[in-house]
Amino acid sequence: MANITVSPTRMELTRLKGKLRTAQRGHKLLKDKRDELMKQFLDTVREVRSLRAEVEEDFMKVHKSFTVASALMSSEALEQALLYPKQSVELTMTFQNIMSVNVPVYHFQTKTKSDSDIYPYGFAATSGELDTAVDALGKVFQKMLKLAEIEKSAQLMAEEIEKTRRRVNALEYVMIPDTQEAIRYITMKLDENDRATTTRLMKVKDMILKEAIEERQAQDAKAVKAFGKSGEDPAKV
Amino acid sequence: MAATYQIAVIGDWESVMGFRALGLDTYPVNSVEEAREKIKELAKTNCAVIYLTERLAKDMEDVLARYKDELRPAIILIPGQDGSLGIGKNNIQRAIERAVGADIL
Repeated sequence: MANITVSPTRMELTRLKGKLRTAQRGHKLLKDKRDELMKQFLDTVREVRSLRAEVEEDFMKVHKSFTVASALMSSEALEQALLYPKQSVELTMTFQNIMSVNVPVYHFQTKTKSDSDIYPYGFAATSGELDTAVDALGKVFQKMLKLAEIEKSAQLMAEEIEKTRRRVNALEYVMIPDTQEAIRYITMKLDENDRATTTRLMKVKDMILKEAIEERQAQDAKAVKAFGKSGEDPAKV
Repeated sequence: MAATYQIAVIGDWESVMGFRALGLDTYPVNSVEEAREKIKELAKTNCAVIYLTERLAKDMEDVLARYKDELRPAIILIPGQDGSLGIGKNNIQRAIERAVGADIL
């Protein structure tokens, strides 16, 4: 799809050549970025998949424990036991830059340092199953946070890859061929103009020469005629 | 960037109650509408991660899509009381398709 609306001038040609150079360099850079992002993305995704499978499996265990716990205790007692948390989590978030994509990195800090000190209830009134459940949940929580981090990263990277891919394709299949086509068009037009000028000059030269020759011939003929009148045959002179 | 953020858990009561013991903010909800409102509300506050049960997530694709490309909050699906529905796994698959243009794994 050639863009024929360019004016075939040398200035335009220089401009287009510069544009093509920039486009090609940008294309190469974006392609590198896409490839590197893809590599990172696939690594992340593999990690997400295995971690998610792990977390989901752990979750089943946690839910099982909770189901048993709620079977052994009344739901009121259960709610009461868990009503006021002893543990609290503070989350801080920093960013890591992966190929211009900002991905979150979570750091969390728990209020009570020890893992065994998280039960917000007295052991007397609750079932032991609840302890197991809370304990298991505490363990799976670390994985959950890691999962949140890499899953979000994967989502953000997917978006960036999609964008970069579109840009690379736009440059590769539209921008660069179009510019090349325009450059070819201008070059041809300029060459054609050159040839036209040369031919015209040759033609003009021919015409001038022909005129000069004819003039000369006329002069010669005149001279011969004048000489012939004076007596002798010009062939013998 | 020293600000602290919250971690929220949204789901039916049975699925979320355990998280309360861990000190996370739990929001037991009974309907999809309620969950939708809650997420919108939490997104405006300093909430960095929202764990959402798959059963609720099933009917609120629009909300998930809305926050997918935002840095915060990260909405992460977790299996609820009734087991994994495979939506979380599906979402990873969809992210791959989006990035690569084809399902390659």
